[in-house]
Amino acid sequence: MGLEAFFFYIFSIAAVASAILVIIARNPVHAVLFLILAFFNAAGLFVLLGAEFLAMLLVIVYVGAVAVLFLFVVMMLDVDFAELRAGFIKNAGLGAIVGGIVMLELIMVLGFQSYSSQIIGNPAAPAPLVTDNVTNTEALGRILYTKYIFFFQVAGLILLVAMIGAIVLTLRHKEGVRRQSIAVQVARTPETAMEIIKVAPGQSVFPKNEGPAE
Amino acid sequence: MVDLAGHYLPIAIFIGVALLITAALMIAPFLVAVNNPDPEKVSAYECGFNAFDDARMKFDVRFYLVAILFIIFDLEIAFLFPWALAFKEIGVFGFWSMMIFLGVLTVGFIYEWKKGGLEWD
Repeated sequence: MGLEAFFFYIFSIAAVASAILVIIARNPVHAVLFLILAFFNAAGLFVLLGAEFLAMLLVIVYVGAVAVLFLFVVMMLDVDFAELRAGFIKNAGLGAIVGGIVMLELIMVLGFQSYSSQIIGNPAAPAPLVTDNVTNTEALGRILYTKYIFFFQVAGLILLVAMIGAIVLTLRHKEGVRRQSIAVQVARTPETAMEIIKVAPGQSVFPKNEGPAE
Repeated sequence: MVDLAGHYLPIAIFIGVALLITAALMIAPFLVAVNNPDPEKVSAYECGFNAFDDARMKFDVRFYLVAILFIIFDLEIAFLFPWALAFKEIGVFGFWSMMIFLGVLTVGFIYEWKKGGLEWD
């Protein structure tokens, strides 16, 4: 058994085990942490395949960002563990139906796999060997921005929609909050800020009956 | 691909050593440390009175917005890495392809800025 096979089995076993633990962990926060562990092991499998860029992307995007987001959501939900356990029996039927449908879909995808002639006649650009002195990342860069420009731009538009959607859905400003406006502060000059009054002797600055509060 | 595993061997050894030390530090207390369990030792501490409620509480949804905006720009940066590496090969077309991509996301950035999404009341 080579070194690679050894690492492959380590990563695979750890990935499957942590995926199972995601489902059976009682505490949702622990489940999310096991999900992060599963992502890490998937990244290890990507490295074994030679797809180093994808591995690092998986770590940055999924572990660094999405998993943290999951943690946020789990914490925001204000999970009551006792209530969760009580609801298990009540929702078990619904869960079984949803799980069964997903299982059926997976069986259909894997069991009745067939590709249209268009896909077979349109092979993807082959990945260069590692010995070619072209790294995985550079090979991606050579085709992503020119040959697959449409998908690249669509990805940009999807990100834009996600950004605007997140702002529209969650951004609520409190009423009556006085914010600092730096532009107004900087634009303030002595002319707008103060007034010089010449006071004649024996006279008040204020008009009659309007003196300062005593 | 064999040399690829060779490249990552130091990292694998590093992780192995880290696991070993962590396991040793976690198992050693069970074997040697004094063990006098008491419910007061694990209870929440608040000075002068009993804890009012659970430490678990709802977050402001604003944290979520900050996190999701971070992810989007994180992805934008991820797209820049292969572009920078293949910059010489892809030519002017690839350059402007990326500029349009960045322009589209800059529209979103300006929108976010003007709406006050980056401000914290």
